[in-house]
Amino acid sequence: MKFDSHMSKPSMRLSGLAAVWLLLASCELIFPQAPADDAVLDGPVAGLTPEQHAQFLRGDVAFNDGVFTSRTGLGPVFVAASCGSCHAGDGKGHPTTTLTRFGQVDSTGNLFLQRGGPQLQHRALPGFQPEQLPAGAAHSRFTPPANTGLGFLDAVPDAALLALADPTDVDGDGISGRPNWISAPGYITARPGTRVQAGRYIGRYGKKAAAYDLLHQTAAAYNQDMGIVSSYEAVDAHSGQLADPEVSNQTVLDVVAYLKMLKAPVQREPNHPDVLTGEQAFLRIGCGKCHTPQLTTGASPIAALAHQTVRPYTDLLLHDMGPGLNDGYTEGTAAPAEWRTPALWGLGLSPNSQGGTYFLLHDGRARSIEDAIRQHGGEGQPSRERFDSLSAEQQRQLVRFLQSL
Amino acid sequence: MKQLLALLLLAGALPATAQIDPVLLRRVPRDTSRLQLNMDAVYNRPFVQPGRLPVALGGYVEANYQYAATDGVSEGHQFQMRRLTLFVSSSIAKRIRFLTEIEFEDGTKEINIEFASVDVEFSPLLNVRGGVVMNPIGAFNQNHDGPKWEFVDRPLSATQLLPATWSNVGAGLYGKKFGATWVVAYEAYLTNGFDDQIISNTQNRTYLPASKLNPDRFEESFNGVPLFTGKAALRHRRVGEVGVSYMGGVYNKFEDDGLRLDRRRGLQVWAVDLTSTVPKTRTVLTGEWAWVRVNIPDAYSPQYGQRQAGGFVDLVQPVMRGTIFGFDRAVLNAALRLEYVDWNRDRFAETGGLIGDETLAVVSAVSWRPTAQTVIRLNYRRQWARDFLGNPPARTAAVQLGFSTYF
Repeated sequence: MKFDSHMSKPSMRLSGLAAVWLLLASCELIFPQAPADDAVLDGPVAGLTPEQHAQFLRGDVAFNDGVFTSRTGLGPVFVAASCGSCHAGDGKGHPTTTLTRFGQVDSTGNLFLQRGGPQLQHRALPGFQPEQLPAGAAHSRFTPPANTGLGFLDAVPDAALLALADPTDVDGDGISGRPNWISAPGYITARPGTRVQAGRYIGRYGKKAAAYDLLHQTAAAYNQDMGIVSSYEAVDAHSGQLADPEVSNQTVLDVVAYLKMLKAPVQREPNHPDVLTGEQAFLRIGCGKCHTPQLTTGASPIAALAHQTVRPYTDLLLHDMGPGLNDGYTEGTAAPAEWRTPALWGLGLSPNSQGGTYFLLHDGRARSIEDAIRQHGGEGQPSRERFDSLSAEQQRQLVRFLQSL
Repeated sequence: MKQLLALLLLAGALPATAQIDPVLLRRVPRDTSRLQLNMDAVYNRPFVQPGRLPVALGGYVEANYQYAATDGVSEGHQFQMRRLTLFVSSSIAKRIRFLTEIEFEDGTKEINIEFASVDVEFSPLLNVRGGVVMNPIGAFNQNHDGPKWEFVDRPLSATQLLPATWSNVGAGLYGKKFGATWVVAYEAYLTNGFDDQIISNTQNRTYLPASKLNPDRFEESFNGVPLFTGKAALRHRRVGEVGVSYMGGVYNKFEDDGLRLDRRRGLQVWAVDLTSTVPKTRTVLTGEWAWVRVNIPDAYSPQYGQRQAGGFVDLVQPVMRGTIFGFDRAVLNAALRLEYVDWNRDRFAETGGLIGDETLAVVSAVSWRPTAQTVIRLNYRRQWARDFLGNPPARTAAVQLGFSTYF
């Protein structure tokens, strides 16, 4: 054996470098480690059974890897070709996946259902024309929300939400949250203790809380976002006709189970002095009256979700957010200026799913947490004014707290 | 297909006899009289000729072990049979020859005729080739045999941007002009082409390799419009080879049964490739870069990009050569690959920001070649893949140990 006579010093160095690299490669440290649990939104809730883990994985594949094409039923008009397109890493979406709803201005219902409502499918397969927003239709743009912790929100009893409601502001604090009473589709299974009022149920998902549960939300998203007909939502969004299912019930149920079993976001640096001080300021200026810090779940068929205390920072109720956020469009019995309090957990990780920046509020118009706070009107206006009156340091601490969620 | 496999098995039985009498089994000498280009790769392989048959046989196999992890999640230890490829060539007459290449990929998940062409030589500058031809886009598509490379994985840009191995039914011309120290060559083919799966696939991106899933492409053009592929290459004995290639056509079914369905939507691919050896150090440099442009309907999903680009650079440095473990012409190489693919070079209509959907990888390798036809290679790969929105990249690392050999 001999070294190549043509081997030069640079090549010796190169081979040495390669050898070092390979030595490192044999070390476990050279493989990228899993990010910390508090650094990502995806992952299952703790305490699931093996059977639930298996269903979680099936739903994960369908949600994050399943892509529809023209051959598998996509469209012909649609918003996106997969669930994961809009909810990267199970986080908030981006303006490019923001959808448009239109046609309803009050609780009497949507006047544009025969003209493509309630959702605009602004993309189309080749050879098809996408929907156009009908002239004169009130509309609003909805940025995809984060998916995490949804199972916990699902397991909060109706009674707990009603206890938080104060529709006539009896306590005189200027906050008058109320549920969105919606007409639920026939395929939903009412959760234990569900409250019904004049045949309507309490909605808790969506910007306007217009979806009763995750099956309602998921089946509607398959239908309206991707143009995928299921046995749950059997009318094709393009033709308006009944159509053969393009996704199996099992896949839909797996996705629902996946969404239910996604963990709640884990707060980062909860004991950092700035975070603690910021939280106190958050509560002191009244943010917590709508962004209720803590909820307790009730019974759930998924034991890991039952009777748990979680900190989502929402009351799942509608609040009037003032004229600045009133797009004139609404759903269910919500007024156009009313929006369901969005959960704040996971807020600090939003840039990791929004392309490195923030797109906050219902349509992504706010480009920072401070911007989002300053666009609060209506019931949120007093808190916004108190935020403005905080010192710069106090504002920074409050934002730091929100970023820790 | 079945007949072809039967022929291969029958031909394969003859070398078994040859184990008794080696005279019956002889190596076909490779043509080293002239400068070889990437376009010659299909014939520039070790063949075995059984007995007095006018048929020569060959093939290669590659398999490997792999341990890979993405952001801490691993599928564990994997043993992979990447591919088994069989070649049969035949000299039908003095200047008429036939060669076919059949590949079994990922076990037997895919069985493809990668090449099956008759070549007729009128002069060195004018040859006609017809059958299943490999479209000469880039260099890797033509020169992709596993034993020639120091890396277990094929380049991303060659297989995930360009659709290597990409072959189609068609015909065309090729030829060369030789000088004392250089050769210039051309190729031009018309073949069946792509289909609309390039913008309708489970990758959720513009993805030319998706058309390989069309099982009818060897018997029916998707839209009746030929795909043109052309390449010009220049090789200098000292400097190396540079090639420029183009592929263009229509990918959608714009009409069917006489009825208009859509406007014609085209795609164009340009590629440059370079192969060179630094004489002093014998460092081999191989690179390829490709640009893809696809006409996407305005109202279609922005995840399907109109513009793509990507390529790779391989550096291979022999560090030891001589007798190693009794192999008297063994070579030990250190190698490095840099590769990058951007599947979507468009911008978001809503924000004006750049769309992500890109992957960068660095692969280091040590390869041992006990003979020129066999390579045993150890690779370490680091890869960063950004999604469509440009979110923080998924980080992957992989260690691969495998072999590839002609037989």
